[in-house]
Amino acid sequence: MMLARKDLLGLRDVSAQEITLILDTAAQMKHLLSSSNKKSNHLTGKSIVTLFYENSTRTRMSFELASKYMSAVAANISASGSSVAKGETLIDTGRTLDAMGTDLIIIRHPMSGAPHILAKHTRAGIINAGDGMNEHPTQALLDMMTMREHFGGLEGLKVAIVGDILHSRVARSNMWGLTTMGAKVVWAGPRTLMPPASDKLPVECTDCVEDAVRQADVVMALRIQQERMEGGLIPSLREYHSVYGINAERLAMAKPGALLMHPGPMNRGVEVASNIADGDQSVINAQVTSGVAVRMAVMFLLTRRGER
Amino acid sequence: MKKLLIHGGTAIDPSRGLYEKLDILCVDGKVSEVGKGLSYPDAESLDATGMVVAPGLVDIHCHLREPGYEYKETIATGTRAAARGGFTSVCCMPNTKPVNDCAAVTRQIIETARAAGAVRVYPIGAITKGEAGKELTEVGELKAAGCVALSDDGKPVDDSRRMMLAMEYAAGFGMKCISHCEDRSLAADGSMHRGLQSTLLGLRGIPAAAEEIMVAREILLARELHVPVHIAHISTKGSVELVRWGKAMGVQVTAETCPHYLVGTDALVTEIYDTSTKVNPPLRTEEDREAIVEGLVDGTIDCIATDHAPHHIDEKNVEYASALSGISGFESALGLSYEALVASGHMELPRLLELMSVRPAQILNLPVGGIAPGAIADLAVMDIQTPYVLDPSQFISKGHNNPFGGMKLTARSVYTIVGGNTVEY
Repeated sequence: MMLARKDLLGLRDVSAQEITLILDTAAQMKHLLSSSNKKSNHLTGKSIVTLFYENSTRTRMSFELASKYMSAVAANISASGSSVAKGETLIDTGRTLDAMGTDLIIIRHPMSGAPHILAKHTRAGIINAGDGMNEHPTQALLDMMTMREHFGGLEGLKVAIVGDILHSRVARSNMWGLTTMGAKVVWAGPRTLMPPASDKLPVECTDCVEDAVRQADVVMALRIQQERMEGGLIPSLREYHSVYGINAERLAMAKPGALLMHPGPMNRGVEVASNIADGDQSVINAQVTSGVAVRMAVMFLLTRRGER
Repeated sequence: MKKLLIHGGTAIDPSRGLYEKLDILCVDGKVSEVGKGLSYPDAESLDATGMVVAPGLVDIHCHLREPGYEYKETIATGTRAAARGGFTSVCCMPNTKPVNDCAAVTRQIIETARAAGAVRVYPIGAITKGEAGKELTEVGELKAAGCVALSDDGKPVDDSRRMMLAMEYAAGFGMKCISHCEDRSLAADGSMHRGLQSTLLGLRGIPAAAEEIMVAREILLARELHVPVHIAHISTKGSVELVRWGKAMGVQVTAETCPHYLVGTDALVTEIYDTSTKVNPPLRTEEDREAIVEGLVDGTIDCIATDHAPHHIDEKNVEYASALSGISGFESALGLSYEALVASGHMELPRLLELMSVRPAQILNLPVGGIAPGAIADLAVMDIQTPYVLDPSQFISKGHNNPFGGMKLTARSVYTIVGGNTVEY
């Protein structure tokens, strides 16, 4: 079975069957990753471009390595140092890449919906690698893959996501993906960092981190940015850490053997305490490995669209 | 002597309580005779059988973009689009380049409109120089040059004291301030209504309070000073309630809303991120929409204005957050308003026509067409029976930015008559 879609723009409209297919394929890809010869022919003859309008280390590197392991022709474009810096529009950039025969464009963009606009104007498949405050589907898929590996499935899991939900595309994609797969998602954080109308979403929201973490199978801390303080959203990183930061005491309230996750890059001592970030329950590095496998799977499935 | 005989139509003049099948003879820019079975073989004849003949629509809020943004719209194209929409008079906002903040720019607009315009154009001058929110414009000179009101539309006057002084100073010249209500610290860099839909799309939201705080401020300033104020493009339920409160206190507050707030909600903004839905103030919720309809029905909101805001396709064919705000509205205003208010049973046609002609003209003290001997022969002949599908790509306006393409509508203007002459467009 293959994906019928041209693009992966978000998990909001992705079915449980599709997610299962991606995660199953990613599990196979992971075997490849752990072998001594990582090279495969899954993407031979396919050209893949990463188009990043925002800085990124792990996501970009993860896509790049994934495409290279699978023998794709891979190229990178950064907004600075390209025609984007000369004022080229997103649609024109997309058409240019199309004209060069690109099969897949991996885009990260500070504005929500940019991948959707690109997808409408390109023949190439589009993978959203993070758009504004909207979605980051491959991150949620790698999170789900990591959880599934540990728990054998996703149904019935309680996943607490803590921190700056408002600005987090990771929180949104995880909400869609996890709830589609039958998990329960709880969001916690200061009210100024919760999205408007969160009560109408398929998540439980709470002011109290302890309530969110209690009996959770997974505790996911989100990155808090210094700018949030300057913008008046939170008073200080000190108070943030003391009230909302994930530390050993709070993690101990989760189920025994609960996983600690973080999409990275971490602010140690702010949203997550160093000792637990490096502790037994942390799967933060495993998430990164899953990231390569998931991206291999998504790129493979999208480039084989229509095949059976 | 120019004679035009409009025959066979149903004449509706809301200001005169007229609703009857009557022929209308226009001579030299005025209506000279109204009656049944008129026959003037020497007059140009216009067959209005099966149609409605009404006072030409009056729009007290539009953007003609000239001077400075002729690539978006010109006075020539904008007024033709207006004529096609049934408008015979339009008031253009001053956010041109240069801003219409001095008599020279006002005169240029008026002269261009006289030479190239298809309908009557009344400029609105800026409240502050360059719409920068600081120094007052020379209100006396703007008025003498032909400005009919003042507004920094597109931007609010952030500073409350400056707004108070502007309203007070302008009142001395009989000039009304039209306020674009937006607390910019709250609206910040939002690009749609703040609510569930903005959360679902990851777009930064503009809270309803960003508008309402300033609506409240203007009402309080008008109360303090005993001067009039007009609130532009109301989009929220809270604003309707505030205006209702202001009127109940006896404050001289008037208000307008726009056809897009009668028809559209934030549900139109979807995963497609269609930038034609981006407008400021943004499309709000169904609850807001219903409150605005109710506000028009009970007279809290005084009139409908288009806020016609044409943009170039390149300014819309970008990321949602980067796209400019605005809807090209002249050519859909009547059809959308009719659908939302009359076809849906909220009001009768004469009341809608009042909201789009007589009432807005009263607010800015403008001449308006009428159907009685001596009245100005500014008329619109409308078809309110033949269904059609709105197609913004066929707009005369240079701006095709309109999110209601594909909607089935029934009302449209077929002939527009300005000063007794049928406008060619």
